[in-house]
Formats: sequence, structure tokens, C-alpha cells
Amino acid sequence: MRISVKNSIINVLTWVLVLLFFFPVFWMFLNGFKPESVASSIHPKLFFTPTLDGYQLAMDRGMAAYMQNSFMASITATVGCVLLAIPAAYALSLRKVRKVESTLSFFISTRFMPVAAVVLPLYMILKNLGGLDNIWVLAIVYMSINLAITVWMMRSFFLEVPFEIVEAARVDGAGLFREIVRVVLPIVLPGVAAAALICFIFSWNEYFLATLLTSNVARTTPPFLGSFVDGRGQFLAVLSAAATLAVLPVIAAGWIAQKQLVRGLSMGAVK
Amino acid sequence: MTTTATKAPAPPVDPAKKKVQKKHAWTARGLLLPAFIFLIVLTQIPFLVTIGFSMMNWNLLYPAQRGFTGLDNYKTALSSGALWPSIVATVLITAFSVVLSLLLGLLFAILLDRKLPGRAIARTLMITPFLIMPAAASLIWKYSMFDTNIGMLNWAFAQVGLPKVSWSTEHPMATVVIVLTWIFTPFMMLILLAGLQGQSKETLEAAQVDGAGAWRTFTWITLPHLRMYIEIGTLLGSVIILQVFDPIAILTKGTGGTKTLAYLLYERAFIGLNVGEAAAYGVVTVLLTIIVATIALKTTFKVFMAGGSR
Repeated sequence: MRISVKNSIINVLTWVLVLLFFFPVFWMFLNGFKPESVASSIHPKLFFTPTLDGYQLAMDRGMAAYMQNSFMASITATVGCVLLAIPAAYALSLRKVRKVESTLSFFISTRFMPVAAVVLPLYMILKNLGGLDNIWVLAIVYMSINLAITVWMMRSFFLEVPFEIVEAARVDGAGLFREIVRVVLPIVLPGVAAAALICFIFSWNEYFLATLLTSNVARTTPPFLGSFVDGRGQFLAVLSAAATLAVLPVIAAGWIAQKQLVRGLSMGAVK
Repeated sequence: MTTTATKAPAPPVDPAKKKVQKKHAWTARGLLLPAFIFLIVLTQIPFLVTIGFSMMNWNLLYPAQRGFTGLDNYKTALSSGALWPSIVATVLITAFSVVLSLLLGLLFAILLDRKLPGRAIARTLMITPFLIMPAAASLIWKYSMFDTNIGMLNWAFAQVGLPKVSWSTEHPMATVVIVLTWIFTPFMMLILLAGLQGQSKETLEAAQVDGAGAWRTFTWITLPHLRMYIEIGTLLGSVIILQVFDPIAILTKGTGGTKTLAYLLYERAFIGLNVGEAAAYGVVTVLLTIIVATIALKTTFKVFMAGGSR
């Protein structure tokens, strides 16, 4: 009896803490549906007549175009990353490569390299070549940021492929391409999907390079949101609506891929 | 792990087989090459160029004076008094955020490892802050939580009779650390939760049978077991937070001792237009990252490799 009371208390406490922690997200969601005068009032309201004014205003500011750019950059980066990472991860797991460890640490070192170390030359070169404010260029830069994590994560899934199956395919005379596409990929598909999601999430959320390398044409959602910082007057409702739209794709992706998320974030070190 | 499969075919030296093996080795290299070249072109070469930039006198306002100056930019960085406070800000923000998110993450991991009604939903809600783009998270905190007039923190303070706090001007460092901790707690929680779930039930039961209390079991069995997970969290968390830019740009614009190296570089290069000096900050950022990562990596790399190589 005493134990069950203690248990219930901890359960309630846990939920209180979780809800407190989640509150900023909940509040953002709520504020997005409030009329501006209610959202920016000094008396916070939990109940109100919902309106889509905030969303309308966000759209009027060109939100749709920025989101489209974000999708183009993130999806291109993800597809490119996956295409480069599959052969690399395959070689690093199911083939005998000399110096696997140094190759892996090379990859990890590029992931750990601060963006600050590369941004100036990238900016100067792109400026001279006219590559600034180009969504495809941004996508390629995002590929370079996320490739290492994608390779690492995929490798951890590839390592779990039963070697007997690969060997059997080789004995049957399957060529390299057949072996990867027909034998290995179907087994590691969940892992590839998870790695792709991680790549998508990081590309979608990136702010620093997006701010520097794009201006009008190729501007993505994060710098657009950032432009609210210099806003005047009341703008909490429209900001909340815009932020809700901006975070929705990644939250959906992350909730779906919850099980694989930890593995991606730890670069495959934690399962 | 199927360790038996890791053994290479035994080496009876047959020239034909050797040839095949050699061919395989080249195939493997060929498969690695695209990713390799791509990363070298987009990360290694630009970094070398950054080092070159950092030894040049190069201000975009005075393009005519461009030229080699050796270590002058580093000297300027030190003597102008910008570098050292920036390193301190970067290290402090990283250290506070990593430790706090690690502690909170541990707390939530323990709470959510228990049986709990609606546990799956609770976990889903908990990971959300990490998924939200940091720019959006910073804006939401700035305007709906920290704001002096309409922020919920001050509203909560008012309810219990505490005075208003102007967060971003009175406590800029705390503002940044709170937001970063909020973003990274789920990250730490996920890693530690995986650790808790990997604990062997038998050991825990044995401890219980031996009469070890909850606290003793935690400090003697759970914590040592979690060590590698804590290390992974610390390493990855530090390396990511060292580069942090968005919350600084949105919350404080580098005021009040929060000017991290990333923000300083941005300011010098894109507002001050001094490419040379900014590049020097870029190089310093790399050095700092290497120092922090080596300290953490020394202990953790073994863990990363534990996945095994075939």
C-alpha cells in the first residue's frame, strides 16, 4: 500500500515535470491561434476564440516560399547524403578496408569541425562564382555537414546484416551492385530511413549558413523566423503561427522515427 | 554481434586468391572515394584556406591593402581584448549547458524508465524541444517566456509576488544557458534512457536480494553502467554547443558576456568586414574544439569503436 502511494506520487510528479518542460511548445501552439491582442496581452489566456489570423499574416509575409526553399534544400541534401553514404557505409562494414578506424575518425573529424572553420572561404568562393543565394548550393553545403553522421549511423546498421547472407550472395555470383541493392539494402532499409530523417532534421533546422549564404531568392525558414527579432509592435501571434508551421515537419518526422532517433544522434554508438 | 563472421578467410597463400583480395580492396576503396573526395573538397580544403586567410591583412573595405601579415591577426585578436572573453564565454556557455542538460536528462531518463501511465506520450513530448529548430526555440523563449511584459516567466513570478526580471539584459548568460539546456535535455535523456534500458535485470535483482537500497543500487550499479553513455552525451553535446550561434544571435546578440567565438567571427567578418581577423577566430574555434574533443574523446573513442570492425 505504502509503495503504491509513493509510486503514484512519483508518477504525478513526473507528469508535472514533463508538462512544464513541454509548456513552451504548447504555449507557442496556442499563441498561434490567438488574436494578436490576446497573445500579446499581459494577462495570459488559456481560453479564447481561436482565429487563423496569425497564420494568414505569416503567409502574407511569404512563409510558403521560404518553406518551399527549406524543403528543396533539405530533401536534396538528404537524397545526396544517402546516395554517397550507402556505398561508403557498405565498404566500411561489409568489405575489408584497411585502416577502418582512421577512415572512421576522418569522417567523425569532419563532423566535429566547426562551421566557423569553413564558412569564410565558402562564402568568398561562392560570392566570386555567383553561387550565393542559390538553394542548390545550400543543399550541397548541407550535404557536407551531414554526410559524416549519415555514414556513421548507416554503418552501425550495416554491421548488423548477417554476414552469411552476404557471403551466400557472393557465392551465387551476385555482382557488387546486385549485392548492395538486392541483398543488403532491403535488410538495412529502416536504418537508411532513420539516417535520412536525421539528415533532413539537421538540414531543415540549420540557421547560421542559411543566414549567410542566402538572401532573397533562396532564403529558408530559419533566417525568415530570425527576422522577427527586429520586429516592431505586437507580433507574438504571427511569430507563434510561423514558428509552428516551421517546426511541424521535423516534429512529425522525429515523432515517427523516435525509436531510431537516439542511434542517429549518437552516431550509431548507442542503440 | 556475429564475431565469427569477422574472421577473414584463412590465408593459404594462393596467388589467384590474393589477386581477388586485392581487387576487393580496390572495390572497397572505390566505394569510399566519392564520400571521401566530397568531404575533402568541402571541409578540409576550405579549412586550409581559412588558415591562409587568417594570415592575411584583408578588410573588405580596403581591398587594396590586402597582403600577407603572418600572425598579426592573432596578435590583434589577443590585444584587442576580444578573443579571451569570447573563449571564456564559449567555454562557460558550453560547460553550464552540458552539465545542466546532463543532470536534467538523467532525471527525466530515470523518471521515464519507470512504469508510468502514458509513458510513450510523455517520452514523445519530452523529445520535442530537441526537434524544434533552435532559431524557433530561441524566439519562442525570448518573446513568450523571457519577455518583461508578456513573458510567462515574469507572469509566474508575479503570481508568487516576485519582482519582474528583464532576463536578456540582466541575466544574458542565464538566458542563453536556459534555452540551450532546454534544447539539449532531450538529447541527453535519449542517450541515458538507452543506457538504463541496457542494464541487465539480473544484476539489479541480485542487488535487491543482497539488500542494497535504491540509492546504493543507483550509485554502485546504475551510475558505473551509465558511464559510457554519459561520456557519449558529454562529448557530442560539447562539440555541438561549442559551435552554437542561433540562440546567441536571437537572444542576446552577443551582449553581456555571451559573445561566443562563432558569434564573434560572424560579427568581425560580416559586420566588421575584416576577413583576416575573422578567419583567425575560425582557427581558434577549431583549436578549442580539438582541445575539448580530445579530452572527451580520449575516454570515449574506445566506446565508439566497440561496435566492432569486421
